[in-house]
Amino acid sequence: MSSPHSDPHTDSEHAKWEEIEHRPDFEALLKAKARFVIPATIFFVVYYFALLILVGWYPDLMKKEAFGGMNWAYAFALSQFFMAWILAAIYMKVAAGWDRRAAKLLEK
Amino acid sequence: MTPAPFASLLPLAAEITTEVGTKNNFVALTMFLLFVAATLGITFWAARKATGSSAYFAAGRSITGWQNGLAVAGDYMSAASFLGISGMIAFFGYDGFMYSVGFLVAYLTVLFIVAEPLRNAGKYTMADLLAYRMKPRPVRAVASLSTLTVSTLYMIAQMIGAGGLMKLLLPNVPPNVAIIAVGALMIIYVVFGGMLATTWVQIIKAVLLMAGTIFLSMLVLKQFDFSFAKFFEAIANVTYVDPKTGTEVTRDFFEPGMKFGAAVDSWGPLNLVSLGMALLFGTAGLPHVLVRFYTVPDAKTARVSVMWAMVIIGLFYILTTFLGFGAATILTPANIVDGNMAAPQLAEVLGGEVFFAFISAVAFATILAVVAGLTISASTSFAHDFYTNVIHHGKERAPGEEVRVARITAFVVGAIAIWLAIVLQTMNVAFLVGLAFAVAASANLPAIVLSVFWKKFNTTGAVAGLTVGLLSSIILIILSPSIMGIDPETMTKGRHLIQAKAIFPLTHPAIVSIPLGFLAAIIGSLITKDPEAETKFVEFKVRAHTGLGAEKGGGH
Repeated sequence: MSSPHSDPHTDSEHAKWEEIEHRPDFEALLKAKARFVIPATIFFVVYYFALLILVGWYPDLMKKEAFGGMNWAYAFALSQFFMAWILAAIYMKVAAGWDRRAAKLLEK
Repeated sequence: MTPAPFASLLPLAAEITTEVGTKNNFVALTMFLLFVAATLGITFWAARKATGSSAYFAAGRSITGWQNGLAVAGDYMSAASFLGISGMIAFFGYDGFMYSVGFLVAYLTVLFIVAEPLRNAGKYTMADLLAYRMKPRPVRAVASLSTLTVSTLYMIAQMIGAGGLMKLLLPNVPPNVAIIAVGALMIIYVVFGGMLATTWVQIIKAVLLMAGTIFLSMLVLKQFDFSFAKFFEAIANVTYVDPKTGTEVTRDFFEPGMKFGAAVDSWGPLNLVSLGMALLFGTAGLPHVLVRFYTVPDAKTARVSVMWAMVIIGLFYILTTFLGFGAATILTPANIVDGNMAAPQLAEVLGGEVFFAFISAVAFATILAVVAGLTISASTSFAHDFYTNVIHHGKERAPGEEVRVARITAFVVGAIAIWLAIVLQTMNVAFLVGLAFAVAASANLPAIVLSVFWKKFNTTGAVAGLTVGLLSSIILIILSPSIMGIDPETMTKGRHLIQAKAIFPLTHPAIVSIPLGFLAAIIGSLITKDPEAETKFVEFKVRAHTGLGAEKGGGH
């Protein structure tokens, strides 16, 4: 990345980027990304801090047995791993679709 | 398996250490030397192969998805995770497992927010992303300072850990020798082999660490006839003599609260949340993790590598259940000589001398791979951000200058880290890793997130956010119980650095310093006008989301 502030071609360069930005399919791609990433991020942040808050302030509730000799505290902690893996797998699938849309967009 | 009550514990503990020390030197050293020989071989192969900046700093962007996934895992899973978390669970039960959870979930932040825009818009460092649409010199200068701070703090913690570990594993070898050996090896890997050698050291380490952990977990389960019910039953009823009171107690190690409980410390639960914030938002701001995404051909491969890393890292941290709770049930806390020794002692009791030696060698491989990653991220940032872009306005004065400066920096950084680790080795430095995460979460992450998503984010905002995040983390840690505290006169090891009552009550500052970092970045952006940063956001957005114009990969 050469220093952008001394680039003499800034104006024509900028027009090129702006043209892509204004394409309806680019705008649609960004919207699609936001529609997934924002709720998914809120979900995992809430899911994670729910564990810490429950364990920190309600240990008596969390030490009750859930199943198979496991208490709720450990069961909920273990579920975080599967939550992360599942969310990541869904992301991989959805993001592959974004790749195709981005490639198509750049072909034009 | 119910552990027998022990009348006197200290003699037994002493017996274990001396036994450990004398017999295993030879096997452990041989295994460690094998690892060293293999990695040096790789370094010379890499040194011959790698020519040019992109080869040195980014392994020619030729690393594949699964390779980089393993390397990210090898870069990230430090001795603090492997030995520290096992020990934390062995002593504090469930609460120690909270680290394990945070270390994996944090990768969702990396995957969703950071990895792809970074690969698409940057070249070698975190600052490439931050400076993209800003005035490059001030932003790079502060970002480089933050990178060097995080990497050096983390490195010193790892090297002191190596010294302490050597004292326990191989008492005949002085800790200074261990520190110098680790330092010298990391300098050789990075100076001669660059990113390519570092990557393969990390891959080999990840494979060794996983093999050792899986085998040790199996040995633990075997003790309980491969029955989870029996294992969980034992975890819920750990009987041992509490060394503090001298009375026999039976505790449920699955019960939360042994470390962060309100009964132990009234600030405990808040500390837990603050630690969680540092882990969740700090990982995506660790420069040595971020630079790994420049080693792959494109953003898509960066994404694939995060997925691979999550599989390996997640599996590893789930297995800390067996390492930590296994040590708690089979050894019981009363027989573990040191917080870092739970996993190695467990390996010795269950797998015998050779396995103990293997686990010890793995521990050193772990430290080496992590410090090599830290050294290359620090020296790349100094050479690329500070030397070339801040001092020389983005121009290399001679071909290969940037790589030469990086090599010299790696040497200097390594030498300083060796010296500091030797000077500080008797201090309690457990807070250093926490501080590194806090700085990454409070300075780096707000700047990265706002760069990617907020059009109005500008030069003043970036400089303000990075500076305030960095300073507030450091100041709050200095005022916290990690550094301030009053120890009895008789205490010689692990004393607090400042002998006075702590002013800030939390050991983990993230809950205060992350909002401060964001606030400074937002206020800084709102009170100044930087039309160019706004104009360039269009270009950044298109590049980050389509990969157009990204640094090309695949070259060897």
